[in-house]
Amino acid sequence: MITGLQAFFLVNALITLFAAVKVVSSRKLVHAALWLVLALMGVAATFAMLGSRFFSVIQVFVYIGAIATLIIVAVMLTRNSMEDVGPQVNRGWWLPLVVVVLLFVGLVVVLSGWGDFGLSTRTVGAEGENVMELGKALVDPNGFVLPFEIASALLLGAMVAAIYLATDRKEGKR
Amino acid sequence: MSFWIDPINFVIAWLKGLLESWGLQPGLVTFVMYLIGAFVTTLLAMLLVVFLIWLERKLIGRVQDRLGPNRLGPWGIFQTFADMLKIFTKEHITPDGADGVAYNLAPVISVGAVLMVWAVIPFTATVVGVDFNAGVLYLMAVGALGEMGVILAGWGSNNKYAMLAAFRAVAQLISYEVPMVLALMIPVMFTGSMSLQALVKEQDIWFIFLAPVAALIFFISSIAEVGRTPFDLVESESELVSGFNIEYSGLKFGMFYVADFLHAFTISLLFAALYLGGWRGPGAEQYPMLGFVYFALKTAVVYFIGILMRASLPRFRIDQMMDLNWKYLTPLALVLVAATAVAGKIVPAEMAGLRLVVMLALNGIIFAAADRLMTRRRSARRQVAQAPRPVAHYVQPAPTDPGD
Repeated sequence: MITGLQAFFLVNALITLFAAVKVVSSRKLVHAALWLVLALMGVAATFAMLGSRFFSVIQVFVYIGAIATLIIVAVMLTRNSMEDVGPQVNRGWWLPLVVVVLLFVGLVVVLSGWGDFGLSTRTVGAEGENVMELGKALVDPNGFVLPFEIASALLLGAMVAAIYLATDRKEGKR
Repeated sequence: MSFWIDPINFVIAWLKGLLESWGLQPGLVTFVMYLIGAFVTTLLAMLLVVFLIWLERKLIGRVQDRLGPNRLGPWGIFQTFADMLKIFTKEHITPDGADGVAYNLAPVISVGAVLMVWAVIPFTATVVGVDFNAGVLYLMAVGALGEMGVILAGWGSNNKYAMLAAFRAVAQLISYEVPMVLALMIPVMFTGSMSLQALVKEQDIWFIFLAPVAALIFFISSIAEVGRTPFDLVESESELVSGFNIEYSGLKFGMFYVADFLHAFTISLLFAALYLGGWRGPGAEQYPMLGFVYFALKTAVVYFIGILMRASLPRFRIDQMMDLNWKYLTPLALVLVAATAVAGKIVPAEMAGLRLVVMLALNGIIFAAADRLMTRRRSARRQVAQAPRPVAHYVQPAPTDPGD
C-alpha cells in the first residue's frame, strides 16, 4: 500500500521524466523549451515534497524565471523556431546511446555500493530549512566563502565581457 | 475561540471538526482544507476583480472629466456584470496558424501566476494561506511565471506584433525584477526573516518610515512589473496595435484583462503588507478582523495612488524605461542596501527612536544625492538644437464677403 505522498511522487517523477524526454524529441524548438520548463517544475515539486520550500522556490525563481526565459527568448530569435523539418537523428545515433547507458549503469552500480543508498527519504522539518544558517555558511571562511566569491567574480567577468561585446563603439568618437 | 473575534478561523476549526467526525485521515483532512482554502481565496479574488474594474473605470473617468459607467444599477456598479455576461457568451477563437497549446495556456498561466501570490499574503494576524521562510522569494518566483504567460501568448499567437510585444515584455519584466529584489532585501534585513507574516509582525514602525526610498523603488518597479501606464510599452497601442494579447478575444482576452487588474491590486496588497505594516493597527492582535479592515484600507490607499498615476502620467519611451531602471533605480537600490546594512548594524533595533532618525536621514541624503546626479546628467545630455521659435502666428482671417 503506497501513501499519498508516494503516489504523488511517482506521478510527478513520471511527468518530469516524460517532459525531459520531450525536451530532446520535440520537433519545434519552442515546444522543447516549454517542456524544459515543465521538467524544471517537476524538480521544484520534488524539492517541495522533501519539505525544502526554500530550494523549491529558488528552483522556480532561478531556473524558470531567469534561465528558461532566456532560453525561450533565444530560441524565438533562431530561424527554424516554428518548425524543424530535417531528420532528428544522424547516423551515429547509437554511439551516444551506448555511452549514456554505460554511464547510467555505472552510476547505479557505484551508488548502490554507497551505504546510504537504501535509505528512505527524510523530509526537512515542518518549519523548513534554516535559511539563516545557509546564508552564514556562504560567507563563512570555514564554509563556502571561496566558491561563493569565485562564482561572483566569474559572473562579474561574464557581465563585463557582455557589455564589451554589446558596446557600440563609433570610429571617430572617443 | 468565538465567532465574533475570529470568524475565519472559527469556520476553519468547525469544518475541520466536521471532516474528522466523518472519519477521514488527518493528512487527508489537511489536504481537503487547503483545497477549500485555495478555492475560496481564488474565488473571492476573482469576484473582487469585478468590483475593481468598475472602480478603476469610474475613477479614471472622473480624472478625465467623464462620468464613467453610469447606466446599469446605482453609479453604474453593475456595468462589469453586463460586460462579463457578454464576454462569457463570445465564441472561443484560436486563430489559424497559432500554436494551440501555447496560445490557450497563456491566459491561464497569467491569471494563475497572480492568484498564486495570494497564497502567502497575511490578511490578518491569524489568516494566512502558507507562512514559510521564503515568502519574499516566492513572490519573485511567481512573478517569473507571469512572464512565462506573456511569452507564451506572444509566441503562440503567430503574430509579429504579439511577438515584438513579448520581447519587450520580457526585457521590461526581467529588468525591473532587479531593483525590486534589492528593494525587498531591505525589509528582509530589518526582520531577519523572509516570511511575510514575520515581516508584518516586525513593523512596530512601518518600514516606509525606515526605508522610504526602498518603498519608492518597490512601488515603481512593481508598477513596471504589472505593465501599467507609465510602463505600458508592452501593449502600446500606437506601436504594437495592442501588444501580446492582440490575437485574443472573448473569454481568453478577458483572462488577460482580469490578470492585469488583479495584478495591480495584488501589488497594492504587497506594498501595504511590506511597507505599511499590513494588518497592524490598534486592536488588531485581539480582534483579527479589525486587522483585515486596516489592511484593506491601506491597500485601498496604495491602489488609489496607482490608479491616479495611471490616469495622469504619459507612457515612457523604451529607452527612457531602460534608463530609469539600469541607470537610476538599480544603482540607487544597491547603494541603499549597502548603506542600510551598515546603519542597521551601528544602530541596533532596540534604540527604535534613534534608528528611525538615522534611517530617515540616511534615506534623505541618498535620495538627495541621487536626485542631484540625475538632474546634472539630464541637463548635460540636453542640447539646444535650434533657437526656439514661435509655434504659430496669429493671422487676422480675411473678411468673407457675404455677397458671394
